[in-house]
Amino acid sequence: MATTEIRITGFGGQGVILCGYVIGKAASIYNNQHATMTQSFGPEARGSACSAQVITSDERVLYPYVTAADILIAMSNDGYTMHKDSMDEKGILVYEKDLVTPKKLGKDMKAYGVPATRIAEELGRKIVLNIVMLGFMGAVTDVVPMEALRKAVQSSVPEGTEELNLKAFDRGCEYGLDLKGKGATKTQEKAAL
Amino acid sequence: MSTSVEPAVKKEHPMEKILRMDRIPHIWCPTCGLGTVVTALATALDESEIDLNKVAIVSGIGCTGRVAGYMKLDSFHTTHGRAIPFAFGMHVARPDLKTIVFSGDGDLVSIGGNHLIHTARRNADLMVICVNNFIYAMTGGQVAPTTPITAKSSTSPFGNFEHPFNLPLLAASSGAVYVARWTALHIRRLTKAFKEALNKRGFSFVEVIAPCSTLYARRNKLGTGLDLMKFYHDNCVIKHGCDLKEVDIDYQSKIIVGKFVDIEKPTYIDCLNKGYKQVFGDKYKPYGGGDGNNGN
Amino acid sequence: MKAKPENVLTGSHYLDGNHASAEGAIAAGCRFFGGYPITPSTEIAERISQRFPRIGGIFVQMEDELASMAAILGASNGGVKSMSCTSGPGFSLMMENFGLGIMMETPCVLVNVQRGGPSTGLPTLPGQADMMQARWGSHGDYEVIALAPDSPQESFELTIHAFNLSEKYRMPVLIMTDECVGHMTEKVVIPSADEIDLVERKYTDKKPGEAWPYEWNGKSIPPMLPVGKGYKFHITGLTHDEKGYPVINAEAQEKNVRQLIDKVKKNADDIIWLEEWDTDGADIIVMSYGISSRVARPAIAKARADGIKIGQIRMITVWPFPEKRIRELAGKVKAMVMVELNHGQVYLEMDRCAAGQCVTAVVGHSGGTVHKPDDIYKVIKDVVK
Repeated sequence: MATTEIRITGFGGQGVILCGYVIGKAASIYNNQHATMTQSFGPEARGSACSAQVITSDERVLYPYVTAADILIAMSNDGYTMHKDSMDEKGILVYEKDLVTPKKLGKDMKAYGVPATRIAEELGRKIVLNIVMLGFMGAVTDVVPMEALRKAVQSSVPEGTEELNLKAFDRGCEYGLDLKGKGATKTQEKAAL
Repeated sequence: MSTSVEPAVKKEHPMEKILRMDRIPHIWCPTCGLGTVVTALATALDESEIDLNKVAIVSGIGCTGRVAGYMKLDSFHTTHGRAIPFAFGMHVARPDLKTIVFSGDGDLVSIGGNHLIHTARRNADLMVICVNNFIYAMTGGQVAPTTPITAKSSTSPFGNFEHPFNLPLLAASSGAVYVARWTALHIRRLTKAFKEALNKRGFSFVEVIAPCSTLYARRNKLGTGLDLMKFYHDNCVIKHGCDLKEVDIDYQSKIIVGKFVDIEKPTYIDCLNKGYKQVFGDKYKPYGGGDGNNGN
Repeated sequence: MKAKPENVLTGSHYLDGNHASAEGAIAAGCRFFGGYPITPSTEIAERISQRFPRIGGIFVQMEDELASMAAILGASNGGVKSMSCTSGPGFSLMMENFGLGIMMETPCVLVNVQRGGPSTGLPTLPGQADMMQARWGSHGDYEVIALAPDSPQESFELTIHAFNLSEKYRMPVLIMTDECVGHMTEKVVIPSADEIDLVERKYTDKKPGEAWPYEWNGKSIPPMLPVGKGYKFHITGLTHDEKGYPVINAEAQEKNVRQLIDKVKKNADDIIWLEEWDTDGADIIVMSYGISSRVARPAIAKARADGIKIGQIRMITVWPFPEKRIRELAGKVKAMVMVELNHGQVYLEMDRCAAGQCVTAVVGHSGGTVHKPDDIYKVIKDVVK
């Protein structure tokens, strides 16, 4: 993909910004692409909607903000509702299955859901749900090679938490590969709703 | 150098070592108290045998703000109210120097009041001399946050009715480790206070009540500068270590003077070094100033 | 002189503009930072506070911006490279002592991460509306140097450059970045220390008693005097002579102010740094700086695809303004368009220099976000008509 616009949304405290940071770092530092990350700096307190944007490209990114998201990563329903209409018509929705209820998608869109919070809880730390999301996204999209994403996770999380985070990443990834292997698409997803 | 007979009268001014003779005569009015205060500081510097190359002096704006220009030291005449933060930056960059702030009451406690309390709070190793003449003199005698109640000024023509600051209480409660108040009359005690402040590690604050004959005395019909000195003589009460709540200054009544505070407390840089040492352990190189690059 | 290896975080990093600027300062040898928290500049202070204790620097969170600016001047006169950062309201407060730095000819660097104004405005969103305040914000008559990075990489590089200019020309230097660049995260490649050239402070080589703080000769920048070495010099914010002594008359004012103005004006060619694309033979030139120069490029590309002969100038140095170049180009092109996140500040300078030789236009914006490339494209198309 030449240029990919990604928006990550959720509520404060879910690690939305780190999620964007890891994608950008994976693309620019570990995959030799250009990647520009911006984030919404509102007066948002912990718990309210927040979002990050990443644009990856083979060329220098000039306009720094997302105009039509090729990928929307939604970790909260509020965030999803706020940003669903700004998706590209061929956009991919990557969402937290237990927290987001997707509406009817455009005909060329795809959606992939993962119970990231539950998986994170199984690993003992709910806080790693964003990393589960990342692994999952890596599996269901081709925006950044999996290995680059994994390296970016490893070098971005707090010291001493690498193992837990990589485990979370791998679990998300496995879930995604599994889902893709089953040939899950928009249709199956919709049926599951 | 020839060793001929020494002249009976030395041409040298006794303070030539410390004053910029090429800047004299100064701009202050006859009977202004500032000359006396400057002499006291010059004497203190001379007698304390401090290396004059290692003293920096910083002033703000106002009559007292001109002091830096007359002292033969590394001297900095800054903006109104900002002498203390400028001096703070200088001190942090060069803790090997003794940095003195010499400024007036309007400069230090009105426009610069926030800097005074915060720098005292940090207990930065600065010596602050605040000459209090109860008025904004340079600009023509306007009311100040130190003007006593009922005293007249050009902007309180019917008298000042605001509560003035009690400067020693302000400085002490903000964290100063040395606080004294004297008047321009108490030359020996003032000089001694300056010597003590020069040797004090931490934030020292010396308030000096000084006559402004041209504006304060004239506007309030208090006579000349000499009359004000007589007034100090008759009305000053020395009360070392007294409760600072008692040292408010009312119009033309008793002025309590003395050394009020002289305590030990770790300085700003001491605290940083101690704190970082606890965090970083032996890896931490204590901060000693300079730019850390070339040992400047 | 080269940067010290221990100051340089050599390698590829994923940093936002503010963090990159802090790394630039550290690489340049900055060791005193006095600042006051204000969005969207705070990350610079935060990174400095994190990095300084281990490398022999001191970060001080001052009581306000008045104190911050005064403290960096004090520290710089103490011989330490010093810096502060701020935004909108804090920039207004710093203007008083910015002028003192100009008058005292004290090197230091001040970063303004511009947000939307006036007043409290848009603390978290970008603007470029302090450009004229940067130029004229302190009272009196003087010249300034202001740089405008368009990316985190350039935030790193221009912070080093700003320190170099400040030492070379003995004056405060402004970095006029904006919230978008400050909070934008991208790859920042920090080179090795031996690839970073630093300008170190020039001190007098004369002995104490023989040197004065302002030995103006109309040509070179007078060297500074070090504190604590027996020079016992005086410097003041009052109009002064070569000795640093106050002189209150018109002749002294002429000499003093001339020096402040001439050192920038006469060295404008050395200070001004422009990036130009396709300006030769262009009918239209789009000028801009900082984030606006970046978002203008897709619009320019689109216009070029329409067959329009269009060039671009990106001002890396906004002040001093590239007068000479603009006058020259204005005589050759049909139109010049300024793109900036205000309603025409630097545009006024461009229009003045164009002096009627060509059509001028501004793509204005109130701030809060950046221009949409299509809005710039529309103005380009209008101007062509």
